[in-house]
Amino acid sequence: MSAMLEVRDLEVAYGKIVAVKKISFSVEQGQVVSLIGTNGAGKTTTLRTISGLLRPTSGEVLFQGERIDQVAAHDIVARGLAHSPEGRRIFPRLSVEENLLLGAFARKDPAGVRTDLDSAYDLFPILGERRKQPAGTFSGGEQQMLAMGRAMMSRPKLLMLDEPSMGLSPIMMKRIMSTVSELQSQGTTILLVEQNAQAALKRADFGYVLEVGKIVLSGTGRDLLVNDEVRKAYLGED
Amino acid sequence: MTDVKTPPAEPETAAEPQGKPLAWPLGLAGVVLVIAGSFLSWSYDGQILGDLSINFYPGGLQILAIILALIALVLLLAEKGPLTKLGAWLDVTAGLRALGLTLTLYMLLVLVAISADSDGLINVNPGGYISFAGAALILVSAWLLPLRQLRDMSEARLPAWFEILSIAVLMAAVLFVAAYALGLEDAWSFILCLVFIAAVAAVLFRTGALSWVGHVAQRNRKVLTLSAFLVAFLFPFTQGGSDANMSIATQVLVFAATAMGLNIVVGLAGLLDLGYIAFLGSGAYVAATMSTSAFATIGWKPPFLVVMLIGAGVAATLGLIIGTPTLRVSGDYLAIVTLGFGEIFRFSMFNLDGNNGPNLTNGPNGVPGIPDLEIGGFNFGDVHTVAGIELGRFSNYYFLLLILTAFVILVFSRLNNSRIGRGWVAIREDEKAAEAMGVSTFGLKLLAFAVGAFLAGLAGTIKAHQDGAVSPDQYIFLESAFLLAAIVLGGMGTIAGVLLGATILKLLPEKLRFFSEYRLLLFGLLLVLMMRFRPEGLVASRRRQLEFHEEDEALAVEVEEERLAVEEAK
Ligand SMILES: Nc1ncnc2c1ncn2[C@@H]1O[C@H](COP(=O)(O)OP(=O)(O)OP(=O)(O)O)[C@@H](O)[C@H]1O
Ligand SMILES: [Mg+2]
Repeated sequence: MSAMLEVRDLEVAYGKIVAVKKISFSVEQGQVVSLIGTNGAGKTTTLRTISGLLRPTSGEVLFQGERIDQVAAHDIVARGLAHSPEGRRIFPRLSVEENLLLGAFARKDPAGVRTDLDSAYDLFPILGERRKQPAGTFSGGEQQMLAMGRAMMSRPKLLMLDEPSMGLSPIMMKRIMSTVSELQSQGTTILLVEQNAQAALKRADFGYVLEVGKIVLSGTGRDLLVNDEVRKAYLGED
Repeated sequence: MTDVKTPPAEPETAAEPQGKPLAWPLGLAGVVLVIAGSFLSWSYDGQILGDLSINFYPGGLQILAIILALIALVLLLAEKGPLTKLGAWLDVTAGLRALGLTLTLYMLLVLVAISADSDGLINVNPGGYISFAGAALILVSAWLLPLRQLRDMSEARLPAWFEILSIAVLMAAVLFVAAYALGLEDAWSFILCLVFIAAVAAVLFRTGALSWVGHVAQRNRKVLTLSAFLVAFLFPFTQGGSDANMSIATQVLVFAATAMGLNIVVGLAGLLDLGYIAFLGSGAYVAATMSTSAFATIGWKPPFLVVMLIGAGVAATLGLIIGTPTLRVSGDYLAIVTLGFGEIFRFSMFNLDGNNGPNLTNGPNGVPGIPDLEIGGFNFGDVHTVAGIELGRFSNYYFLLLILTAFVILVFSRLNNSRIGRGWVAIREDEKAAEAMGVSTFGLKLLAFAVGAFLAGLAGTIKAHQDGAVSPDQYIFLESAFLLAAIVLGGMGTIAGVLLGATILKLLPEKLRFFSEYRLLLFGLLLVLMMRFRPEGLVASRRRQLEFHEEDEALAVEVEEERLAVEEAK
């Protein structure tokens, strides 16, 4: 069986600046795969290209065996690939519930959406308690929960999270990361982009290290965690 | 929000501040003076302002003053006296202050009008001064009375029959006042009538009664919509066979229907279209060139319903042609391209005269002599008598346009309350995030653009027959600007607001022709004032209000509660 997501020789450029240079990686069904790298390495660019918000200059993206690198973004969501963008990008003036419903925009089964709304509230009870509140009044951690809940509303097979721990307290970060494991146990495949290598690799089945647009290392989460180079560059150890 | 779920039946009057002891009797005296003065002669000259010169026989403007005084009386009695129960809910003092101010302004304008229309203040009779003094007394009294703490209006519950009755009374009042105001011949009377309307509106707004009306409207949506259409439908029957006001009314309807269409583009999808009038124009030109006018250039004469569809289809196609390349780029480009498109349309109509290319439009002369519509043997040019009342040519078009307006409103609200509507909200809020959520932003924007164009095209086909002629100079940029102004003034994304805005912008210039030189100046001033004091428009959709008052959390929760209520009703 082929991988759920496969990226082959992907190259993405902003005008003359090539941000992602011929990278290849894959995500197997049921796995949590981490993509780590320093600022400007090209992580966000990679995710945006996979979800159809950017077009690659060359290379291929295959989702469930089909090429999606020229497919429209809304079609990609409908096929079961959700993207929780960097910086959360919740709709601040809309209520929690409206935000969640927008996550389900691509779906056409209102009854199923209703049930998933309840599952989102089960996953993050605070969202249920404040369903009427405008999302902009939420704290950073709460907004991150909303962003994840919203992405899950499309009932994705593969969920891509772009730096979910950004700006969160250690406790909140733990909460988010344990939710990642919970979602995995419920059968969602996850591609996790993080700068926090420790947290991301601990839970990852497999990991890739991106540096200035190139994949320089890969291995199981545990292998990378004990890798000297990774320890030096990302965990601040020497 | 208060934490009290069901307010106690009796208000706690004990803790209320009492204000100056003199204030209340002073107000009462003011009311008496205004009414007494209104029964006396205001003006020596009986020829002006619909005759205010006869003692004990109040003219129209005097009756308006009496009505305002009676409202002041109700407010005073709610302050202290038999109606205090009302006072627990309404901000009576604030209402009285607004009323005192507007009534004084009203009386002042009466004095100015009398001296302007005849020769100076010498023509003012004592009654006028007495009423003016009374108005001033009410104003002073209102400022001496204390402001009070209020209950939350959204908790006010009255029997359903009463709410529906209130809607009926309100609608009847609207119909009556509209008919009365349109019937006024001279500009001063019309202005005074506007001040009267403003006074009543100010009282309703300041006391908080308007927010109650809003809640009632929310609860009885269907009743309100139906009665509004009933009132609009009955309007021609109040005109006693005269077609003069109906001519204005039809223009208002064309304008309102077109503005509602643009409201989908601007208010819902958030796209700035500066050339929208061209879509109205393309519909009109299709209808004109396919009509049986001697100047029509197309030989094929299908029935009008087919022409309507062709006109709307042509407009929608033009919309798609303009939209496809431009909607992919950012909003600023769209504004520029649509502005250009509006001009290109006009120049094309100007130049397709046979000298430069095919003769389609007769160039600057346009297509005159377009005959009246005839649908199924019903000729729109004939006078028909219904229930003993003559309905002239414009009344016929009025009814047709009313159906069109209803259709446009239906399309608007259907779209707004659908999944598509939610997608538009997301696009307005954060287009990039919306895209990541799977909202097909381009598709939805194009849809808004095409639907808007389609509806304008539809209106255009009727307009051509109603005007009897089309020419390029009817479709200038200024018209697009006015449509936008109607939306901004009334309240973007709302139905009631845009209808109100369109009515105001079309009606005022018709009735105040002597102002026509300053028309643009006045509208500019009006818009500036609106932007300063009420940027969300006269009737604000709750969500828009939130966009301008983000810090207001209670409002935000209210918005959501209302949305949920609407959803449950579905
Ligand atoms: N819209 C853009 N236009 C031009 N260059 C861009 C744009 N977005 C990103 N870049 C460049 O592409 C490179 C990769 O950026 P990207 O956002 O993918 O990095 P990242 O790995 O997500 O970094 P971070 O961890 O800081 O979010 C950077 O050099 C960045 O400056
Ligand atoms: Mg990034």
